[in-house]
Amino acid sequence: MSARSEQRSRFASRAVQVSFVVALLALWYLGTAVWGVSHLLLPNPVKVWHELRDVLASGDFWPDLKITLSELVVAFSISCTSGITLGYLISRSPYLIKVFEPLLAGIYSVPIILFLPLYVLFFGLGPASKIALGTTISFFPIVLNTIAGFGYVDRIFITAARSMGASDFQMFRYVLLPAAWPVILTGLRIGFTVALLSILGSETIASLAGLGHKIVHLAEAMETARMFAYIAFAVAIAVCLNTITSSLERRARRQ
Amino acid sequence: MTAGDAAVRIKDVSHEFGETGDAFHVRALLNTSLDIQRGELLCLIGPSGCGKSTLLNMIGGLLMPSSGLVEVGTKRVRGPMPRDIAFVFQENALFPWCSVIENVKLGMVFQGVIKAEQEARARKALEAVGLADFMSHYPAQLSGGMRQRAALARALSLETQILLMDEPFGALDEQTRMILGEDLSVLLSRTEKTIVFVTHSLGEAVFLADRVAVFSARPGTIKEVISVDEPHPRNPNFVTTEKFGRLRNRLYELLHEEIRKAVSQSAVVGLQS
Repeated sequence: MSARSEQRSRFASRAVQVSFVVALLALWYLGTAVWGVSHLLLPNPVKVWHELRDVLASGDFWPDLKITLSELVVAFSISCTSGITLGYLISRSPYLIKVFEPLLAGIYSVPIILFLPLYVLFFGLGPASKIALGTTISFFPIVLNTIAGFGYVDRIFITAARSMGASDFQMFRYVLLPAAWPVILTGLRIGFTVALLSILGSETIASLAGLGHKIVHLAEAMETARMFAYIAFAVAIAVCLNTITSSLERRARRQ
Repeated sequence: MTAGDAAVRIKDVSHEFGETGDAFHVRALLNTSLDIQRGELLCLIGPSGCGKSTLLNMIGGLLMPSSGLVEVGTKRVRGPMPRDIAFVFQENALFPWCSVIENVKLGMVFQGVIKAEQEARARKALEAVGLADFMSHYPAQLSGGMRQRAALARALSLETQILLMDEPFGALDEQTRMILGEDLSVLLSRTEKTIVFVTHSLGEAVFLADRVAVFSARPGTIKEVISVDEPHPRNPNFVTTEKFGRLRNRLYELLHEEIRKAVSQSAVVGLQS
């Protein structure tokens, strides 16, 4: 395919994607304005737009956003440090890999969200239980990818470095780390995404504050238009954060 | 040459993988002795699994013999000796996350060369192997032959007296192999290095080596050492001479019997497993 026709086909698929979203919005509008769907179930998109502008202009979202983001930062920091440290230590011994890799992968396949009631019992309704859940869920992809990254470095690289006299530190800094880094980065990205997801989710289930809490609160108050505005806001934040982490991953990979 | 001239002494070396009685117990090498002279190019040739790579790794200190000893100069080998010995491996052992010149420099970082010298030495080595225009390329952007040239440059830049090459052209096609062999012969005629070169190819062995050590089937030991009395750098026409043919045929005779033995051994192993 020539560069030109490739560009044209990319443009064509973009056009289809945009028209799909526009059609959805049109359907939404028609549903509320013409077909008479109850505004309690589905608010008018124009009204949602006004609410969203009000939310942004008034700064009403700040306290909840701050709570959600701080939970995310704390949870992700804990899972990063513990996941990478433990993963590295396990990866140093084939025996430990054989024991712990299937074990951790097994636990990872359990729906960890089920621990939320337990965490609420332990840590209360505040941020601590959200942090605990976010940490638990994001720990596993990080530790598993760290084991995979450090544990399966091609032997020939290690042998070559050893033959040239690499010290233990040099081996880590110049061979193990760069070989493992792309795999670890993928684990970090997945960990970040699931941490955000689980924190927002658990806020909607049992919490005192946060974006998820706000959305449930508005739903219970029947303020559907504002609730939709908040959902849109939370989605935008999530998309932003995930785009940032993906582009960081791509950039680090290219080096 | 006097006995004191040996760069490497291999004294009655044996090696076993696994313990006696284990299912995977293998006697790779049995009571092998050999002196490698300073400045010579010695080829190790033999059937698969005869222990020639094992011997190479023991000279380089990557593997310890089960019995016997290896000496480099006056020192007994107890581990890698990066100031005396450099390796070129069969597989692509360049670090894919480093450019060609970074790969060469990293070798010197490991060896402990001061920073100021690294750049100049890396450039010199890369120019010597004909990669001056590809210094900032990454290994994935190079052909197999160019990657092995880069690996050779990395080994040359370490400026060791001894170079160990483990089937360095094994994964390349015939033509690339031939050209690299010719270039290697030219390159090495200018240095005083002692080289041990493992190969499967009879032609390569005769073309490159001052002496060829032929291994017997497992448990491997050196069956015969053949001298190739021809100065370096070798003319590409050497391959067409009667002398080359005679030496190649002699190697073929020696090897053929051993290869048969090795194949029947592996057939038995195949039945067991």
